[in-house]
This record gives sequence, structure tokens and C-alpha cells, in this order.
Amino acid sequence: MDVFRLTAHEIAEQSRKKEFTAGAVLSGLQARIAAIDGKVRAYVRKNGDVPFRDTLSHSGPLSGVPVTLKDNICTEGFNTECCSKILAGFKPPYDATVVTKLRAAGASILPLKANQDEFAFGSSTENSCFGPTHNPWDLDRVPGGSSGGSAAAVAADEAIVALGSDTGGSIRQPASFCGVVGLKPTYGRVSRYGLIAFASSLDQIGPFSKDVRDSALIMNTIAGHDPMDATSVDVPVPDYTAALTNDIKGLKIAIPKEYFVEGMDPEVKTILQEAIAKLQTLGASTGDVSLPHSKYAVPVYYILGTAEASSNLGRFDGVQYGLRAKTKKLVEMYTKTRGEGFGAEAKRRVLLGTFALSHGYYDAYYLRALKVRTLIKRDFDAVFNQFDCIVTPTAPTPAFKIGEKAENPLQMYLSDIYTINANLAGIPAISIPCGFTKKGLPVGLQIMAKPFAEETLFRAAHAYEHNTQWHTMKPAL
Amino acid sequence: MALSKETVQYVADLSRISLEPQELEKFSLQLQTILDFIDQLKEPDTAGVEPTSHILPVSNVFRDDVPSPCLPVEKTLANAPEKEGNFFVVPKVIE
Repeated sequence: MDVFRLTAHEIAEQSRKKEFTAGAVLSGLQARIAAIDGKVRAYVRKNGDVPFRDTLSHSGPLSGVPVTLKDNICTEGFNTECCSKILAGFKPPYDATVVTKLRAAGASILPLKANQDEFAFGSSTENSCFGPTHNPWDLDRVPGGSSGGSAAAVAADEAIVALGSDTGGSIRQPASFCGVVGLKPTYGRVSRYGLIAFASSLDQIGPFSKDVRDSALIMNTIAGHDPMDATSVDVPVPDYTAALTNDIKGLKIAIPKEYFVEGMDPEVKTILQEAIAKLQTLGASTGDVSLPHSKYAVPVYYILGTAEASSNLGRFDGVQYGLRAKTKKLVEMYTKTRGEGFGAEAKRRVLLGTFALSHGYYDAYYLRALKVRTLIKRDFDAVFNQFDCIVTPTAPTPAFKIGEKAENPLQMYLSDIYTINANLAGIPAISIPCGFTKKGLPVGLQIMAKPFAEETLFRAAHAYEHNTQWHTMKPAL
Repeated sequence: MALSKETVQYVADLSRISLEPQELEKFSLQLQTILDFIDQLKEPDTAGVEPTSHILPVSNVFRDDVPSPCLPVEKTLANAPEKEGNFFVVPKVIE
């Protein structure tokens, strides 16, 4: 049996029955990574001599399940570098809360980290100091980003489940490009303690998985209040797997016209229309709505996201950890450390964010963006007064070629046009596979719901998945 | 708005990032393109609209004022580029 093909719920069930010898899953996965990661490059720092130290547990909801982490989620004593030169060699002094919770549920944490855009700045995983990850469905294409390594690892069966982080679509867009399930929870649903911060009012950790049940299972473990993260919310965590009923009769789905405009890939449009028709045949009703401020999501995001990033990245100064440029002058130590340590996209974002916050420009850019954020949130509030959820494409195109947008930051930013709104409004959103283009590239369906209504997402996503076969398709590697 | 190279250099100084001349050239052009795109934020009417800096109605998150364990010195210093005793070593601050 190829254990790497299994889902987390299959492994947990068999592990509790002790049908696996200790370590069989880990060694199976290790062999799979050794065999194909030379092509996919989902993982970084593979040459480090790190033993798979977590032992297989036979109890807990995730017993025996190996979990892959993005390189920005802290693991005590094990390198966590955000795929940035400036954090080379950084070994965190503590575990992220999600790591502690996963281990307590019986999971084992893989001592390899998944590739990402540096500090999660990007939509293609090309901005990694370790080089790009390749899309398992077409190795000449990007896996999406910024959590491209996590998405590609799950798609290529190099991971059973993985965690990523989503600030403007960094879980959902790569899930769409790689044909896997990716969830961005409600802001505040999952603790961010130990997630190296990008934009603190937008960041959320969430799971990548091969099916919707695994997504619900991981959320059962990682969701919930954490005193170490003051932005995590004290709302009870339901059993999310109870929402997997295969029944969406009467579910009211909104279709926003702003997400089906000219300029989107015609194949994506057709595939989405077929998926919506499928949801209707399963008993959901749909209605056309407008989210009139959607077009401002990208400009609002690139002011607020970069402003918060410029502040968060102030801590990388060469004093306490990471790279330090050799010089005898203090200010020069800061400027050279940051000049040498940050990649091009990190520099662009810190510059833009600092500009937006600087004297004379604050009102015109930062404050204005905060007000437009309010308008975007109001759009969603109005729709959720009448509908249970919103269905859209996850991304306007399938995966693009490596290098295609590397020199055009604005074009790259626009690939997040459908995902950013959920971060600005703080709402949960999931991407699930809903078809393939003629070239064999996966297309994702995004479902959004009101805050803390992850169960609605799981209910709708599971019913669609249960009645389609897209999630069972595997890339030829 | 037009973004001069001087402004980009000024912002780089504020950000404490040294830029090579070719980086300054390239970033100035790219940031100009991005700012031109962002200028559409002038369109919507925001009169009387409150800014949203935090999406949830959460405020004043307090905990009880009791000491809890914190990181020991050796862990805190473990990643230091340069250290001496219980301290981080940095270049001289006051000449």
C-alpha cells in the first residue's frame, strides 16, 4: 500500500486500530519525498541532517498523521526562515500554538518545511531565496503562492496535510492552482502565535488537504482561543466534521457579478458555471448579487498589507537573530543587513508601506484605504443578510508559467483579485477543485461565508466534492 | 501621483534599507506603476465612513496580572549574531 496516497482521516482511523507499524507512514512519506521532490521542489533545506523525530501516536483525532508546515510557522529548535536570507539559520525558541495543538492531537510534525514566497510576499512561490516550487500538474508552471510549497506537496502526495498562511489568498490561490482543498479561516479563529507576521490584521493560518473531511478534521484541532494571541477570539469550536452531511437542500448561494467579468479566462468561466449548475442540482438555490467595491480590494490590500508589513519587518535589524552585515557603524549595520537580507519583493513592499505611512501621505493612502475597507466589509454584510454563502472562482486564471509575471509586480498582484476581499472582510473562505482546463490544469471554486460560519463552507464544499470526482485526480509525476 | 527617485531614496532611508543604484532605478519605476493603479482609491465616496483597522469587535484584551514563565536567557540569546555574557553585542551606539 502506498501510504503517502492516504488522507489524514484514513491514517488516523487505521492508526488508532494499530494497523500501521510505528513510523510506517513517516518512512513512506520520506521515500516519496526523496523520489519526486527533485522535480517539484515543494520542500526547502532537505540536505539538513534532521531525523524524523516525532514518533507515531496511536491515540487522538490525528493519531499518526504527519503534518507539513510552511516555513513561516515556528518550530522550537528547528529552522524556520520564511524562505528569506535575512532569517538564515533561525531556530525559534518556541513552538507555534498550532504546532503544540497538532502534537497534542496525535499528529507528528515533519522536520522539513514547505517552500513559500519570502515572508509570504507573492503569488507564485518564485520569491523564495531557495528558488521556485514547480506545479505538480505542469512542472513549467508555478504552484501559486505564497504557500506554494504546502499546496504542491499535498497535490504531489509529498504531504498528507499541510498548513499555510493566507493574508490575501496565499492558501486559496495555490490550492486552486494545484487542485487541492485550501481553507482560510475567519480572522481570529486560529491562533497566530508563532506565525511570523506579515500583515497582522489580515494573516490567518489554515489547512491544505486532499479532501474536505481532512480540512474539517484539522480545523477541529487548530481552531480556538489562545491567550498568547490577543486577536484570537473566544468562540466555541464546533465539531466541523458534523457539517459533512452531503445535504445542501435550501442552501442560499450568492453569485457576485463582479467576479465574472470580462478578462477572466474563458475556460475558468465555463468550468465555474458548470460547478454552480451542479450545486443547483444538489438542491441549493442561487441568486445574483453585487459587491460593488470589489474592484478596490487589490489597491486597498497593497496599501494596508504593505503598511503592516513595513512595521512587522522592522524587527529584522541584525541585532537579535538572523543575518548581520559586518560593519562597525550601527545605522550602517541596519541598512546593510536589510539591503543584503531582503529580496526584491520584500524591499518593494517595505518601501511602499513606509511611503503609505509617511508624513504627508498617510491620509491620502493609509487612512483612505482603511475607509474603503469598511465599504468592502459592508458589501459582504449586506449579502450575508440574505444568503448563506458566496460562490466565485478562486483565481481568474489557472496556473501561469514560471517567470511569466516575475518582472511585473502589478500583474502578479492581480492574480489575487478574487481572494483578497475575504481577508479584508475577515470572513472564512475555502477553495476546492472544480475542474480542469483542456491543458490539464486544475481550477478552483471559492466559497465564502460570514464570520465563524466555517461549517457552512464545509457543508457546501463537502456536498459538491461528494458528488464530483475532481479531488480524486492525481498529477502524473 | 508622480514618485521621484528622491522620494524613493527618502523612503528607503526611513526603512533602513540600503539600495544599489540599479535597484533605486527599477523600484522607482515599478512603485510608480503600482501607485498609479492604487490611485483609483480616490474614486469611492468615503465621506462619513469610519476606518476599519481591525475587523472584529474585540478591544481591551486583558489578562490577570500574574507572572508567568518567560524565555530563559540562554534561549533568548541562542540566535544572536554576536553576544557576550547575558547581552546582545552591537556596534557602538554613541560615538
